[in-house]
Amino acid sequence: MSPLWMVRRIGFYVLVAVVMAFFAVPMLWLASAPFDSRPGLGLRWPDWTLDNVTATFDHPYALTSLVNSLVLCVIATVVTTVLAALAAYALSRVRIPGRDLLLYLLLLLSSVVTGTAAMVPIFVMMLQLGLINSQFGTALVIAGGMLPAAIFILKDFMDAVPRSYEESARVFGASPRQVLAHVVLPVARPGVATIFVWAFVNAWGNFLLPFLLLRDVGAQPAAVLLRTLYDEGGSANLTVIPVFSLLYSIPVVVLYLFVNRRYGFRFHGGIKS
Amino acid sequence: MDSAGLGVRRAAAFVAPALLLIGVFLVFPALWTLYIGITNYQLTGPAAANPRVVGLDNVLNAVRDPLFTNSVWLTALFVLGSAVIGQNVLGFGLAWLLRTVRPSLRRTVEGLVLLSWILPGTVVAYLWFAVLSRDTGTLGMLLGSPQTAWLVQYPMTSLIVFNVWRGTAFSMLLYTSALAAVPPSQLETARLAGASGWQTVRDVVFPHIRGHVLTNTLLISLWTANDFTPFLLTAGGPNHQSEVLPVLIYRQALESGQLGYASAMSLLLLLGNLVIALVYLRLLRRRA
Amino acid sequence: MRRTTTFGLLAVCGLVAGCLGQPQQREQDRNADATEFTLTIVANAVAGGKNSRGANWLRNWVIPRFTELQKAKGVTATIEFEQNGAGDEDYKTKVALDLKTGGGGDVVEIDGIWLGELAQAGQIRPLADVVGNTDWDGWEQIPDAVQGLGEFEGKRYGVPMGTDGRVLFYNKKLFAQAGLPANWQPRGWQDVLDAGAKLKTLPGVTPIQLNAGTAMGEATTMQGVLPVLAGTGKPVYDNGKWQGDSAELKDVLGLYEKIYGGGLGDPVLQQEAKGRDRSFQLFSENRIGVLLEGDYFWRSVVEPRNGVAKMPDRDTAVGWALVPARQPGAGVGGQDFVSMSGGGVRVINPNTRYPRQAWEFLRFLNSAEAVKESLAGTAQLTQRQDVNDEVLEGDPMLTFVAEKVLPITRYRPGLADYPKVSAALQQATADVVAGKSPDEAARAYRAALVRAVGEDNVG
Repeated sequence: MSPLWMVRRIGFYVLVAVVMAFFAVPMLWLASAPFDSRPGLGLRWPDWTLDNVTATFDHPYALTSLVNSLVLCVIATVVTTVLAALAAYALSRVRIPGRDLLLYLLLLLSSVVTGTAAMVPIFVMMLQLGLINSQFGTALVIAGGMLPAAIFILKDFMDAVPRSYEESARVFGASPRQVLAHVVLPVARPGVATIFVWAFVNAWGNFLLPFLLLRDVGAQPAAVLLRTLYDEGGSANLTVIPVFSLLYSIPVVVLYLFVNRRYGFRFHGGIKS
Repeated sequence: MDSAGLGVRRAAAFVAPALLLIGVFLVFPALWTLYIGITNYQLTGPAAANPRVVGLDNVLNAVRDPLFTNSVWLTALFVLGSAVIGQNVLGFGLAWLLRTVRPSLRRTVEGLVLLSWILPGTVVAYLWFAVLSRDTGTLGMLLGSPQTAWLVQYPMTSLIVFNVWRGTAFSMLLYTSALAAVPPSQLETARLAGASGWQTVRDVVFPHIRGHVLTNTLLISLWTANDFTPFLLTAGGPNHQSEVLPVLIYRQALESGQLGYASAMSLLLLLGNLVIALVYLRLLRRRA
Repeated sequence: MRRTTTFGLLAVCGLVAGCLGQPQQREQDRNADATEFTLTIVANAVAGGKNSRGANWLRNWVIPRFTELQKAKGVTATIEFEQNGAGDEDYKTKVALDLKTGGGGDVVEIDGIWLGELAQAGQIRPLADVVGNTDWDGWEQIPDAVQGLGEFEGKRYGVPMGTDGRVLFYNKKLFAQAGLPANWQPRGWQDVLDAGAKLKTLPGVTPIQLNAGTAMGEATTMQGVLPVLAGTGKPVYDNGKWQGDSAELKDVLGLYEKIYGGGLGDPVLQQEAKGRDRSFQLFSENRIGVLLEGDYFWRSVVEPRNGVAKMPDRDTAVGWALVPARQPGAGVGGQDFVSMSGGGVRVINPNTRYPRQAWEFLRFLNSAEAVKESLAGTAQLTQRQDVNDEVLEGDPMLTFVAEKVLPITRYRPGLADYPKVSAALQQATADVVAGKSPDEAARAYRAALVRAVGEDNVG
């Protein structure tokens, strides 16, 4: 144990500690403000109370909005993940002319559609399709915006799944569907799980589309509700916002923990071709 | 090539549902948006009743608009500072450092980094208000200068630091898996040859993960260039000092109702994204 | 956007396009005899959130009451309430999208300032065109100045929901410490600056808060530039032209320079994202001397029980004065004092299936009983004189606004270009706060204005 080694070791842990502090400090607000009798935009040791929690649970739409978010995001996420996995697999295995170009174009167009400028086309289109006020329709729009990036990431991932696996499976007479279900997906599972979480998180925070497309306040998701939490005077209602922020964050955290434990949360899972 | 025995027809069937959804809910409105970009369309007022095609006027106006050029510059700074450099370096650094630490510590750090990635944007905005606000903000308290209004006095720096915090997780994840693909024997050889950490990264690791670096840089650059979260923190202010393009577009579209002009700027943003993608493709091809 | 394009492209996508809203029936008394009808009211109010009181009033009082009244007539009425709680711009976007696509609620609450642009776009139409006969005994209770809020180019589009007025609020405690009178009424801008100079001697006190910059948005225009500009005698929109870099505008920016360049105001506060909220907080903590605001500040901000920034001693500590013109007689219309006002308007959607019923519902919403009920025991300037006479009695500040401010007040020009002009004005004040000279800021303002509204429309 040379002194130099000690210094390097200490330096290393100081570095890790600084990085941890950088990521952890902003989150402390979520732990303190919800339970503070006078929550503000700042960090302080709370004057503990549960009044804010009661106030939030008394809010007529707080809890329903979380349920709405779940419905909306589960649909959008499942659609995105399933369709992206299928498409990514096929694009990874079969040479289609102009495949890469197509993917890039779609990736680029997705940035237009997720922007504000596209709201009129999307609104008018949904109106004519009769999908205003439809959770399902809104979820499809959100999924459409996420699909290119999801395919893009998953295709990279599918590329890394060794083809020899599939060839052996085929030798034993497995159909393409079986190959996908029993050989490729299990290997690709951490990547699919990661895309699932990524898609869910993205859909979970989407404000503008649900705001424009879902008219009934009882059907709107939490992202929209969080922006309505103002008091009479038009200032942010800090009694409800911290608690609601906490509640609103829990599902994504739980989903991440679950997926991480069950499937691993990794790209490429360390398989070498 | 067709190791899975898919066949073109079945492959097409696999791709079709995704393409259909993308076609209807993405390509169609996106093209329509680009069409609006050549009109003087507004949400209200006389131009809402009778929009006219004005050709490239919007684009020309945008290029001449000092607010637009200001935005382009800020967006470039934002992408370069927070994504290309910030998230990339910190993400790789974390992936590299965490290879060797105890699994429990590793999980804790990764968990924290990922948490900042998965929390909803609106919540994250409040978290950072609590860090950066004047008088009561955590940062001011820690540094002993509560009078500093970080978001006003250092808006772009604040946004860049914020976006590094927000987005590093993706790079970290990608590099962690990329590093797992570097043969341990080569790392061992480098260590025995007495190579420093930096030399090892440059000469042994980088050649293996070059493709990952490019994919990662492309995605985070595109996401950052289109990121709307800065609006929640600074709303583009003070005095347009942090008005990145998505924020400018939002303000033109919603606050001024000038949808034609905003759509034209979306088109320009798209072209900017295209440039990023082309650079990436070029680099990738050189690798192959 | 032409609809044919929509259809064509949709067809290309292989989709069956749905029918386009309801067919437009021109006659104003379609379905007038319906024994069963459904109306939807849309408001930027939501229970438990933004404008919660208004939402609860609609949900718990208006809707049951109105349904009951209809039932007594043998009519089954269903009133649906579409609640929103979003930012004003988001809400406006939604309403405009609704109206232009032929959908939306039957009765829609909008900000009076949107009236003109919606009307110019053909998204709303004059009330008489929509419902026919607009006779109503309530009109005579609504003062002409307030009715103006629901009018555009001389035509009536809707019924105002109340109004407000702008004054200078000042902290009497700080005034006493600085040796200023408790009953203060400046006669010109210089009086305000002089008071500010005295307040500056107090430690930790910002003498004057005159909203500036883009972060405060419309609050900068409405509680800053426009009332000050009105004090120069020239309205922002005059004879069909927007005011460019006139001498009057430079005077206004000069006042900003004196305040923010001369240490009488806090420049950083003007640039913070939550600067306006913070200015309220500082005023309530006795750290701001003079502040230009609407009566909303008195009712909802420093209000001792439920205010955002409560002042338990509001009634003794907060004074108010009319906003002076540059010098006596220099204001618009030769006035010594000036003010600006705004307020909401309820309009009827031209596409409603039940115009007569919607009009009946609108009258019910504006009946003395309903208006009084909507206040839920608080005092506020409503649209109705009879209600005001009753509810403002105990409130000297609001009585002052009703009696002294409303007669001299002005409204913003409700044109589609106004938001752009407003943004350019905000930018000009931001430039001055950031250190540019008034001349420079005015030049940049003119350039921005020409870009926004065209050379021909700038005076």
